[in-house]
Amino acid sequence: MSSLINKAFQNAKNENRPALLTYTVAGDNNKKRSLEILKSISNYADICELGFPHNTPIADGGQIQTSAYRAIKNGIKINDVFSIAKDFKSKKKNKPIILMGYYNMIFQFNENKFLEKCKKSKVDGLIVVDLPYPENKSFAAKCKKKGINFIQLVSPTTSEIRLKKIIKDSHDMIYYISMLSTTGGILKVSPKKILEKYSKIKNQNKSKNVVIGFGITEKTIKSLKKADGLVVGSAICKEISNSINKRQNTVTNVTNIVKRLKNKIK
Amino acid sequence: MKLKRGIPLIDQHDQHGFWGGKFGGSFIPETLKKPVEDLTNEFKKLRKDKRFIKKRDHYFKNYIGAPTSFVKLDNLTNQLGGAQIWAKVVSEANGGAHKIYNATVHALICKAMGKKYIVGDTGAGYAGKMLSMAAKKFGLKCKIFMGAKDIKRQKPNCDAMRKNGAEIVPVYSGSQTLVDAVSECMRYWVSNCDNTHMCVGSTVGPNIFVKICGWSTAQISRELKVQLKSEFKKIPNKIKLINCVGGGSSAYGFWSEFIDYDKKQIELIGVEAGGPKNSKLHAAPLSRKTKIGILHGAASYVCQNKEGQINETESISAGLDYPGVSPMHCFLKDTKRARYTYATDEEALNAHQMVTKFENLNPSLEPSHAFAEAIKIAPKLSKDIIIIVNSCGDAKKDRDILRERLGKK
Repeated sequence: MSSLINKAFQNAKNENRPALLTYTVAGDNNKKRSLEILKSISNYADICELGFPHNTPIADGGQIQTSAYRAIKNGIKINDVFSIAKDFKSKKKNKPIILMGYYNMIFQFNENKFLEKCKKSKVDGLIVVDLPYPENKSFAAKCKKKGINFIQLVSPTTSEIRLKKIIKDSHDMIYYISMLSTTGGILKVSPKKILEKYSKIKNQNKSKNVVIGFGITEKTIKSLKKADGLVVGSAICKEISNSINKRQNTVTNVTNIVKRLKNKIK
Repeated sequence: MKLKRGIPLIDQHDQHGFWGGKFGGSFIPETLKKPVEDLTNEFKKLRKDKRFIKKRDHYFKNYIGAPTSFVKLDNLTNQLGGAQIWAKVVSEANGGAHKIYNATVHALICKAMGKKYIVGDTGAGYAGKMLSMAAKKFGLKCKIFMGAKDIKRQKPNCDAMRKNGAEIVPVYSGSQTLVDAVSECMRYWVSNCDNTHMCVGSTVGPNIFVKICGWSTAQISRELKVQLKSEFKKIPNKIKLINCVGGGSSAYGFWSEFIDYDKKQIELIGVEAGGPKNSKLHAAPLSRKTKIGILHGAASYVCQNKEGQINETESISAGLDYPGVSPMHCFLKDTKRARYTYATDEEALNAHQMVTKFENLNPSLEPSHAFAEAIKIAPKLSKDIIIIVNSCGDAKKDRDILRERLGKK
């Protein structure tokens, strides 16, 4: 049986466009609101990534850090993250959701219990920023057993031999980091170069869905539409911050930005 | 879990970089895998390269000023009336603290790798000051990441960094101290690893940084071993080596040559920062019961909450104000080779006052934590016991805090 993640990519392909993946932080700016945002943007996004915030993130730029600190300050706990995911899936059962975060949160919760919770909440996939290959082998295998996609990351610094091994060990989706940067950096590499590297990855195994993330905004998204999928995170988190500062409705504003992103890749 | 004899502790990790199977490792984003691997290979090569070792020793001697002196603190010993108290005055090293060893080695590695930029984190400002010195010496462009709170409380070191031509990048996130400076420095490296070398300021971070730092500070105990033999004709029978522990770089350096000895002969005592007397906050993950967690790319005992969020720490000494600790110290604790305790802010201040009153020595607030333990235990011990404290930093940088807390000028 094909996973919901695979199906989401297939649907996008049938419409001749890349899949749109969004990233928001669970609990930003509170539990209830982040669920509302998630439900609303999922009308336009193909796959939703939901971050479980950590207060010592070593790979996130300012926008996502702000969202994470805000969520933690407002009291979000890991069990709330699961309940947001579960609530979301009960309303949108065919929309894939991917949890994303740092390994210490999983380690403290206990790997097995964490995966059990993921399964119960109907989480489709996991991205763990600081658990690279090959250290992630045993955890990735546990994920597979539970029917959860473990998503491997690949970056411009990944060597060819490593790339081969990672792809071989990957599940349905691979995340290509567009450039040397934390999340939310300005796209400092030309789209052409990014797509060249993307093709190299894609050509290794055409059945894997390869998405591109980091530095993708309303301005840059169109130039990368050849990819299987595109991830937008910081631009969305920034919109949440702006809306809060202007005392505007975060749900409406964030939904609008996702709608516009979707229109650019149709 | 067992220590091996005859192998430096920095090399007693498994293929994934774990000491004792569970401390250390390299929990890093994919982007850093390659630069970390390159650095690992380079270091492996350099440490076997005779020319490189010669170069290192040359700079240790002629630039850092090795060996630093080993002296008996007669007045303090007489005052306390128990064990003999000695000090290894590492603060004599160029720049005023042990951080110069790691900084110099990193600058040499950076040069060897053909990189022109070097970045580092700092808490007390010593790691930053020394890196800026080494960068200037070797013609490298240098950026130092430092918590905004630390910039305020360690001004003399900041002035020195700027004078050396380094750019100080203030970090405003989180608690605005060392933990945030390290995170921001790593994030900067993620974005610039193609042309920039990163120096982690202590024996923390991904495995390779623990190793390089430990390899560098080990100079302290190599010197001490020679000095002990020349002072006592042999390694004495009852020694206690007391050192403060934040990240643990000076303690590892002070102990590394002596880890193979029986602990009945050479006891290793690490003193962490207990924070203000009545505060719940501290920076003492080893001595105040914490759980293993992952911080800055390594697994160690960490001050954290149940969920895995890193706790805020509090200490009068910026250099010890860190929620994690070296994986090697976790290993030494769990194998019971070293004993770890803590001193409060007040105890450290008292110790500083006492040492400066009786001796011509001006230990910074970090080693003052170690002196606090020495002062506590010395009166109860017999005269044949030799306590050696690593006086690893000079108090010039603490000028403002000492003035405020003790009315010192």
